[in-house]
This record gives sequence, structure tokens and C-alpha cells, in this order.
Amino acid sequence: MKILKRRALADSSATRITSIEVLSPDIARKARPGQFIALMVSDKGERIPLTIVDTNKDTGSITLIFQELGFTTQLLGQMKEGDSLYSLVGPLGHATDIRNYGQVILVGGGVGIAEIYPVARALKASGNHITTILGARTKSLLILEDELKAISDNLLVATDDGSYGRKAFTTDILDDELQKQKYGLVYSVGPIPMMKRSAAVTAKYGVKTIVSLNAIMVDATGMCGCCRVTIGGKTLFSCVDGPEFDAQQVDWDELVKRNRIYEDKEKHICNLKAL
Amino acid sequence: MQPEGTVNPMKKEPVRVREEDSSKRSASFCEVVLGYNEAEALKEASRCIQCKDPSCSRGCPVGIDIKKFIYQITRKEYKLAYLTLREKNDFPSICGRVCPAEYQCRKTCVFTKKGSAFASEQAINIHFLERFAGDYGKNNDLDIPIKKNEKLSKYKVAIVGSGPAGMAVAGELARQGIRVTMYEGLHKPGGVLRYGIPPFRLPRDILDFELDSLSKLGARLVPNYIIGKAKGLQELLDEGYDAVFLGLGAGIPTFLGIKGENLCNVYSANEFLARVNLMSAFKFPEFHTPVNIGKSIVVIGGGNTAMDAARAALRIQKIRGMAPDTTVLYRRTEIEMPARRLEIEHAREEGVKFRFLSSPEEFSGDETGFVKKLRCLECKLGEPDSSGRRRPIAIPGSDYEVDCDMAVIAIGLLANQVLTRVTPELATDKYSDVIVNKETMETSMKNVYAGGDIVGGEGTVIEAMGMAKKASRAIIKYLLQK
Repeated sequence: MKILKRRALADSSATRITSIEVLSPDIARKARPGQFIALMVSDKGERIPLTIVDTNKDTGSITLIFQELGFTTQLLGQMKEGDSLYSLVGPLGHATDIRNYGQVILVGGGVGIAEIYPVARALKASGNHITTILGARTKSLLILEDELKAISDNLLVATDDGSYGRKAFTTDILDDELQKQKYGLVYSVGPIPMMKRSAAVTAKYGVKTIVSLNAIMVDATGMCGCCRVTIGGKTLFSCVDGPEFDAQQVDWDELVKRNRIYEDKEKHICNLKAL
Repeated sequence: MQPEGTVNPMKKEPVRVREEDSSKRSASFCEVVLGYNEAEALKEASRCIQCKDPSCSRGCPVGIDIKKFIYQITRKEYKLAYLTLREKNDFPSICGRVCPAEYQCRKTCVFTKKGSAFASEQAINIHFLERFAGDYGKNNDLDIPIKKNEKLSKYKVAIVGSGPAGMAVAGELARQGIRVTMYEGLHKPGGVLRYGIPPFRLPRDILDFELDSLSKLGARLVPNYIIGKAKGLQELLDEGYDAVFLGLGAGIPTFLGIKGENLCNVYSANEFLARVNLMSAFKFPEFHTPVNIGKSIVVIGGGNTAMDAARAALRIQKIRGMAPDTTVLYRRTEIEMPARRLEIEHAREEGVKFRFLSSPEEFSGDETGFVKKLRCLECKLGEPDSSGRRRPIAIPGSDYEVDCDMAVIAIGLLANQVLTRVTPELATDKYSDVIVNKETMETSMKNVYAGGDIVGGEGTVIEAMGMAKKASRAIIKYLLQK
């Protein structure tokens, strides 16, 4: 659980995205694209889920990428190389169904780009033609562009402020691409509004669309039901039934509301313990 | 034996256990039942008439020699009493606190009226005496002699899950010298004793002490490790474990399946209690895991988990300076509640309200998605169902609505399926419980045993331990023949 390496991927006054490599040989050996871990920073910490972005079987480590959004990710952002996490468990959730879909589009927004990276790589290795659409607020917050460029047949970038790529939403570009030709799969991870819009766009073209949901979790092993989501009218648990679901089936409004359950508590602890 | 002179033991009144004052205790998570001191234990023990053919032990899932340990208490031989308990039960301080004795040993005590649903008040307070002797052992650092069996010390056994069943197997095997490794998925061991049972019923120093006694016996703990995820069951066997015991527990919450159940602040009991007990959310923000607490809390269910959730919720209302308003909603009446009588009594003393013969029908919320109201139907009792309890029947048109800005659903749990889902060779039944040979607790996989809630049953700590004992005996027998 020792942090072997730490690297800032984006660091502006308001947004920090960091990549850490954590020693965990068994998880590194077992993890497959789409799976995640749950970690605790300290013995008083929360358990939070993070996607396994990469594994290194030689060093026995896994790569995690996080944006400092709440209190726990801020604490995580302060950890240095050589520090140890208090708890790390995984690999959790189902792995992505990797096979040849033909032409595939991956859409990544913000820190969600970290989540599409392992999936894009595995899909490429399975012979898919990969189109990647990346989105960020501004150029300095765009992560993993080089890594994804290396495995994409076509890489497109959207920024909110137009500082890089096209001044547009990722879903605008997605719409354009889907108009051009037929795709076998769309895989979209990012902020909930982006995933919801992706679902709306792809519905027009009838393309199978997978999203990876970031519901709030406690144990992350199916015991608490905190991460329950409504999928096609049925209640499922993101942690053990997901984290990936058919985008068309997700009750997005419910997810948006449930992810705000602790908004006031989060503000309170961040103000109280300003780091 | 006439330790107290001339009074006929049958006429002596039971010694009431001392408890923290209900006004003080309900704003904190400190222990409620304070237990017997020596004088009280002696007095209560002297009520035991030392039956020729004691029926009490038959009510104990692990078969503690109750008559003997109580006799030893009357003789002030507390060390011997402790050792008598430890012969059959490695965790007397835990069981003395959490066993539903009124449905077990106390129910079969000769002082209980024949045919009662649970123990009569006159029945010997066996559990409090067990706790007294268990705590005596703990406070005096007593340890049981380790009977290492040279023939067994070369064997390795993996235990999956560190709850009551896993703990009991670890104790049984480690004291024989078997090399035991316990895998636990969470960051701390104890299973339901850690995430489910609140500290006011089982203080964490007691739990930690009993777990520590396992490591003293040589059992190794690997936390943060999920068998079925980080490693498969077959991989464990291939690694050289001679046997595996599965104490996976019943970890999956069930929901009511009614409208509005996914509104914010509708918790499963597992989530609410895990936040509070495992993650110490009642100490937020010192501990970083939050829990929301409503002004009008409704807890749905009638078991011990419902009592734990209601009492914990009410405590946090008080800790946060809110007016206490927590109601348990149950479809039947008090007599049918599966909860321990003591827990019901404690909940009531602390201010938990009860609403019987009520069936939850629909939650409704505000535009932000938070729950605000619960619509219910009144019920009447019909004929007894398969559980032997009278079935609740909702009365059409009897709808009424209650304020409910937080709800906890405590209506039962299903088998943990993390491992069984990925291990098709492990046979399960329609409830996803692992199927075992009832004599040996062996599963459909050779050298893989299981016990506790993962194989179904009553769901008590002591019953899990009873199954664990059976499995331990079978594992030892197998290893000795190997």
C-alpha cells in the first residue's frame, strides 16, 4: 500500500489531478480494465472508490488517478512518495467486456479520461478501431493525451473555453462522429451530465453505449447498498453489479440526486479542516 | 450446596443487572449493560439449583457446561469457571453480551415455564454470569493452555471472513497448532461484530481483546483482502492450504421493493450501521465518513438489527443536539418481534417509539430527492405462517402518512455472493446460501468447509460459532487422517 511514485498531471489554482503508483502485487496481478479499488487514507478516513488506471506486474503496483474534489481526495493529494495508504482493497466490480466491436468511440471528460484509458488500450489490443474524444474545461487540465494518442486511430479534443481542440462539448463531437459512420460501441466516462448527454446522443443512432458510474460507496463490496442505482427500472448496486451499465437504462436524475446526499457534510469538513 | 444458608434457591429473586442510566447513556455510544460485580454474580449463581440433568446446556449451540461454570462461580473459582467456558467457547466476553440467551440456554433453563416463547424472568441469567467469568479472564490475563498437536503443526488452513464463524474456527484450529490465516475483506476484523453490532452493545476493546487472543494463539490476519477478487478459492488450495473455511456471512441488504426507496436518506441497516460502527460516523468530522440524521427517523423491521439501528440513530440525534424522534415500524406486534427482549426494553427506555401493525407502502420526497414522508397501511394478524408467527395482513383503505426525513430498512440480509458468484463449483441453494454436509460442514468442494450465516440459519453469533466448531472438528479429523 506504499506510494511508489507520484506525478501531478494537472495543477491549476482550482483543479489538481494527480497520478500515484501504489504497491499492491495481488491487485496488480488480478486487475482487468474497468475494475476499481477502495482505499482509505488514514484510520479515520472514508473509503472511496477509484478506477485502476494501469497495472505494473514487474513493480507489483497499480496506478490511480484522482482529482482533488472532496476532503478525502485532498488528503490523498497531500500524500508523498514513500507514504502508505491505510487501506486498499480490490480489484472490485466487473471488468469491461473486451471484444471486437469493430469501430469504437471512447469519450472521456475531465478525470474520467483516466477511466477510459485502460479500456481503450484493451479494446485496441482486441483489434478495435479506436476513436477517442477527450474533454476538459481548459487545455492545462487535459490529461493523458499522449498516452491515448498512442493507442487511438483518431483522437479529438474538446475544451469548454476553446483553449485547445474544438470549443465544444465532447458530446457535440460524439454526435458529429456518429453521423459520419456506424460504430459498434460507445464507452463514455466523465461527469454525470456528460454521461447523461452521451446517452441522449447515442440513443438517436441506436449505438450500444456503456458508462462507468461513480456512485457513493462505503464498503464497495455489496454490503451496504449506498451505491444503488436504478437500471432499467431495477435497483442494482454499482459496486458489485457494475460499475459499468448500459447508458440508456440509467436513471440519471436519481443518480445526480443520490450523489449529492453528503454535499453539506463535505463542505463542512472541507471548511473545518482546510488543508 | 447451600451457599446462602436457609433460603430456598427457587424462591430467590433474579439479580437485576446494573445498567448505565438511560438519560445518560442515550447520548453516547458507551456500553449500556454494566454487568455483574462479584457479589451480584455470586448471588445470581446461587440461584442455580444444579439440576441432575441440566437442560440449559442443550439450549446452547456450542454446548457450554453451564451447570459446571455456574457452580465454579458459587465456589469463587472464577479462573476455573473461565476455563470451563473456554473449553467450548473462545469468546465468552462477546457471547455474554450478544447472545440472545432468552431464546437459547435461558429458554431451556428449568425455571422457564414450559411452552414459553422465550425465557421466563425467573430463568438464571446465564449470559450475565458468562460475561462475568469471561471478563474475569480478560481482566486477569488468563489464557487457556495451548494443546499443540505435533501431528497438526505442519498443516495450513485458510479462513475466509473474520466474523464470528471465522473467529471460532481460527481459535479451534490455532490452539491445536495448525497454521491459520484469516482473510478479511474490510480493513478491520470481526465481521458483523465490527460493522453491525454497535459499541454500546459490544465495546470495541472487548472485541479487540478477543481478536487479539487469536493472534496470541498464532492465527495470522490478512485484512483488505477479498477471496474471489484478489485471489480465487482454487488458488488458495493450489498455494498449499490443506483446507479452507468459508465464514462469508450474510452481507447483502434486502430492500422493501416499494416506491421511493432510493430517495436520499433511505438507508439499509447495513449502510447506516457500517457508517456508524465500522467508520465511526457518529464522530464526524473527527472521523471523515459522514452520516445524515433526520428529525423524524423511521426504522423498519423488528429484529436486533432494527433495534441497533434505532438506538444508534436516536443517540446521534441527541449527540447532534436534536430532539430525539426515532420510531420503529413493525408489521406485527411486539410479541412477534424477533429482537431480544432486552434490546426492545433498552430501546424503549432510551426513548425509541414503536408503531406496530404497520406496513410501509411508499416513500415520498422533495424536489432535491430527499425523503420526507412515509405512507403506511394498518395491519391485522392472520394465521401463523411458516415462521410460526401470525402473518400480518394489510387493511385496504387504512392508509396513513408519517413524517420521515430519514429511514433505515432493517428487514434482513442475504448471503454474501462475492465469492460464490465467481466459484461455480461451490454449490449453493436458491437463497445463494452455500450447501454443506450438516455433519461436517464440508461444501461441494473437497476440503472446503463453510459455516455461519453463509449456510443459512438463525443468524446468531453463537449459532455461527456452533457451526464453526463442527467444521473445526471435521477439519482436524481430516488432517489427522491425511
